[in-house]
Amino acid sequence: MLLSALLILPLLGVLVPLWAHQYGRTRCAWATAAAPALALLILFLNLPGIADGQVLASRATWIPALGLEWHVRLDGLAWLFALLILGIGLLVILYARYYLSEKDSMARFYSYLMLFMLAMLGVVLSGNLIQLWMFWELTSISSFLLISFWWHKSEARRGARMALTITGAGGLFLLAGFLMLGQVVGSYDLDQVLAQGDLIREHAWYPAILICVLLGAFTKSAQFPFHFWLPHAMAAPTPVSAYLHSATMVKAGIFLLARMYPALAGTELWFVIVSSVGMATLLVGGYFALYKHDLKGLLAYSTVSHLGLITLLLGLDTQLAAIAAVFHIINHATFKASLFMAAGIIDHECGTRDMRYLNGLWRYMPHTAALAMVAAAAMAGVPLLNGFLSKEMFFAETLQQELLGGLSWLIPALATLAGVFSVAYSARFIHDVFFNGEPIGLDRTPHEPPRYMKIPVEILVALCLLVGILPSFTVDGLLRMASGAVLATELPTYNLSIWHGFNFPLLMSVIALIGGITLYSQRKRLFLFHSRFERFDASETFERQMQKFLAWAVSLQAKVDNQSFQRYLFALLSLALLMAATPLLDLYHLEGGRELHPLDGVSLMGFVLLAVGSVATVIWHQQRLVSLLMLSVVGLVVSVAFARFSAPDLALTQLAVEVVTVILLMLALFFLPQKSHPDSSPSRLVRDLGLAAVFGGIIGSISYALMTRPLDSISHFFLENSKSGGGGTNAVNVILVDFRGFDTLGEITVLGIAALGIYKLLLRLRLYMPASDGEGRAWAVERHPRMLATLSQSLLPLALLVSVYIFLRGHNLPGGGFIAGLVTAVAMILQYVAHGVDWLQPRLQHLKYQRMIAWGVLISTMTGMASWLFDRPFLTSWFDYLHWPLVGKFEIASAIAFDLGVYLTVVGATLLILANLGKMTTVARPQRQAEE
Amino acid sequence: MEVLVAFSIGLMTTCGIFLLLRSRTFPVVVGLTLLSYAVNLFLFASGGLYPDHTTVVDASAPYADPLPQALVLTAIVIGFAMTAFVVILALRARADLGSDHINGSARMKAQIRKRRSPQALKTSKKSTQHTKAQKAKENTP
Repeated sequence: MLLSALLILPLLGVLVPLWAHQYGRTRCAWATAAAPALALLILFLNLPGIADGQVLASRATWIPALGLEWHVRLDGLAWLFALLILGIGLLVILYARYYLSEKDSMARFYSYLMLFMLAMLGVVLSGNLIQLWMFWELTSISSFLLISFWWHKSEARRGARMALTITGAGGLFLLAGFLMLGQVVGSYDLDQVLAQGDLIREHAWYPAILICVLLGAFTKSAQFPFHFWLPHAMAAPTPVSAYLHSATMVKAGIFLLARMYPALAGTELWFVIVSSVGMATLLVGGYFALYKHDLKGLLAYSTVSHLGLITLLLGLDTQLAAIAAVFHIINHATFKASLFMAAGIIDHECGTRDMRYLNGLWRYMPHTAALAMVAAAAMAGVPLLNGFLSKEMFFAETLQQELLGGLSWLIPALATLAGVFSVAYSARFIHDVFFNGEPIGLDRTPHEPPRYMKIPVEILVALCLLVGILPSFTVDGLLRMASGAVLATELPTYNLSIWHGFNFPLLMSVIALIGGITLYSQRKRLFLFHSRFERFDASETFERQMQKFLAWAVSLQAKVDNQSFQRYLFALLSLALLMAATPLLDLYHLEGGRELHPLDGVSLMGFVLLAVGSVATVIWHQQRLVSLLMLSVVGLVVSVAFARFSAPDLALTQLAVEVVTVILLMLALFFLPQKSHPDSSPSRLVRDLGLAAVFGGIIGSISYALMTRPLDSISHFFLENSKSGGGGTNAVNVILVDFRGFDTLGEITVLGIAALGIYKLLLRLRLYMPASDGEGRAWAVERHPRMLATLSQSLLPLALLVSVYIFLRGHNLPGGGFIAGLVTAVAMILQYVAHGVDWLQPRLQHLKYQRMIAWGVLISTMTGMASWLFDRPFLTSWFDYLHWPLVGKFEIASAIAFDLGVYLTVVGATLLILANLGKMTTVARPQRQAEE
Repeated sequence: MEVLVAFSIGLMTTCGIFLLLRSRTFPVVVGLTLLSYAVNLFLFASGGLYPDHTTVVDASAPYADPLPQALVLTAIVIGFAMTAFVVILALRARADLGSDHINGSARMKAQIRKRRSPQALKTSKKSTQHTKAQKAKENTP
């Protein structure tokens, strides 16, 4: 639990500044610092166990089906990184208190910063790959927010977008890599993945896994050729640069390499990719750092270069190199964070970061200058400072390499060259800013910053000195702990002393120092030479590419999505056709073994009617009324077919629905053009007809294949249990209200929702009212013929009686709520047709169809819930037999209440739809007549 | 008999799909209705054909398969609700878009196309950037 607090504390810390900012800036800073300080305390409480080489873990199940589990895992490497994140984070909080101006929202800044801290801690403490990836993405998002903190500046927005695009894309690759890794190992648990290194390396997927994971790490750590986002991220406030771009986020990629070292490293592929990318980054970063006039730009490229150095060390494939990498992670974090902070102070006090104007600041801010110079010297690798020690180890390791065979001498040579660059840009940082004449064109006189702004820098510089002078007392334990976790084996012996005697690494250091200073002294010629290259701005190129990409996406979308519904439908149907047809190809015989039924005359007649009706519907589809009449013929034949094949329930339902549908379509036709004009080209007609015919053929074939095959279904269960379990003899109705009652409940809910949706759509609908029919004839004067009105009125009680009968008998004989509801609805619609809405509305004003639907669904649901009262599952039905005088034995079942709900919903929904649509025909018509 | 039923299903499917691909709303609705007949009959027949059977227990005739019947019964009612919904959508579309073409009116389409063109995207982006920059200027005295 204590381990989970390491993540929970920063999570709470996200909210603290939002609340605390009202109490003033200093208090806000202190309150924000509380959570990381507590977390740091917890971290140190866990130190003894970690120092013994233990791996502490805290687990909780999350989504076990996905292999996802909450797993906080603390080992030496995680401890080191958590220390860097929390320690430097605290210093940055203090520093930012004085860096931010009154206009900047401190609450927002601290909140983002804490979010980022949470994300970073999550990455280093995750013991589950998926969990790790989630936090990894969170670092991308929170760093986007931090870089774009000054969102009114276009460069900040651009820089943030670029960083998010590059690191986000890398994150997707990382996810792919992790998923493959999880498949290979069979678990996403980090302990298991790290233990299965041999299995992973020998697996066929290893190259793919390695490349995906490396892409994730390289994009995050700004390795060549993805390095260009980092200098543009310098548009962020300097505390962000000090935190994200020196100590933490860019180290996340390095952390990943170190974390995965036992699982993925140790192969030729790892060596080739990681070391060559690292070497390229080391040289490219160092070279470009020389030419940056912007102070933060110089630091950004030097960060790129140092990240390359660490990557190279991790790629060199010796255990000592990995130790040197860990050592340099620590050293780089300390000196680079302090340098960024110093750059921020200079920017803050002078109003510019351009080294062409900043000169001779030594006289104005000696204290800051001294701190910055020590840190810069550490960056250059000057003896007695921490940078020197890890650089010596690096040089020593490059000399041990034999991996390039006869060309192995190249590695130390290039490393020395990189050392030369490093010394040269460090020299420029010192000389150009603090000496070299007087400042040019500053609008204010620089002076020392507030006392507290320097404290973080002082602490970090003191650490540089302490580690540099007394390495074995200060950093040795930490280094052993972290390296042990990286290598996962016994550590080789190494010596952290300052003086190793006169040897090759020392010679390389001396060459780097002398070469660097010489290079810097010749800088004017170098700048001149460099300016002859064509200017290349990564940000502009990137923007242009993004714009091109966007335009391409838009044009692609315009091609695919051309606003033609017909095309979408055609594509969809073609796909459905393909999927339906493919399995048929594997079917050996279309006809199964089942005995066929003989053909009889009545069926043949019905078939002919149906075929004629269908074809006529199509042929006359432009004469819409005719087409509709033909459609109703088809519907009637279908209902007869249901009756023919022993489904009286279906036949009744189909018959009633047929009536309602045709009336509905006729009402709709009133508002739509009576005829459509032929507007399909012949080729399209042929195309559509072809698709439709093939589709129909395939569906018919599937149907035939199904019908002729012997079937063993679950139906006998329903037939056997209908009477004993559901208390009814009509198996169809018992299935509806009892066995599958939950389905029915869902279905009547859908019905109600559809009706309400229609009601809503019809509200305030302004329809075009035709004054005459399609042929130009005016509507009949007598709208409601007397004969029909009289007849229908006397039919209503009879029809209602029939529907009650059908409803009551439904449980045992064909009938039930659905059919009874439809019969009632049809009877009511007949009244509407015969008398008109105006006549009926005052007579039915207490009947609200919306309420009827609501009551129906409510009654059915309550019936279901009533079974809870008897400790039974939802919708358990109950029935019993009563003896009534005169009536005799009478069955009473809870299912009938359920069916009543169905009945009410069906009546309400049907009438809501039709009555409201019918009303539309009368609302505006009197007006129109008045106009005439 | 089975051949006949399968043929009917196939024919109704063909007619329904052909109408579904027409360009005006009304034939599309009719096609949808025809297709739903076909689908209902298809589902019903998938359990096999049982002329002169029954689903009433205790009756003398042999039993038909009650399960597809129960499924199709609700499908018919829901199918009606969906047809009604599409019909009302068609009416609404005609009232709001001024056309009963299923793609809406030509004018609407032209508008949408214009809104989506790359030039439109660029200009809208530029204008928002511009206003944002202005706002920032206003914010900083």
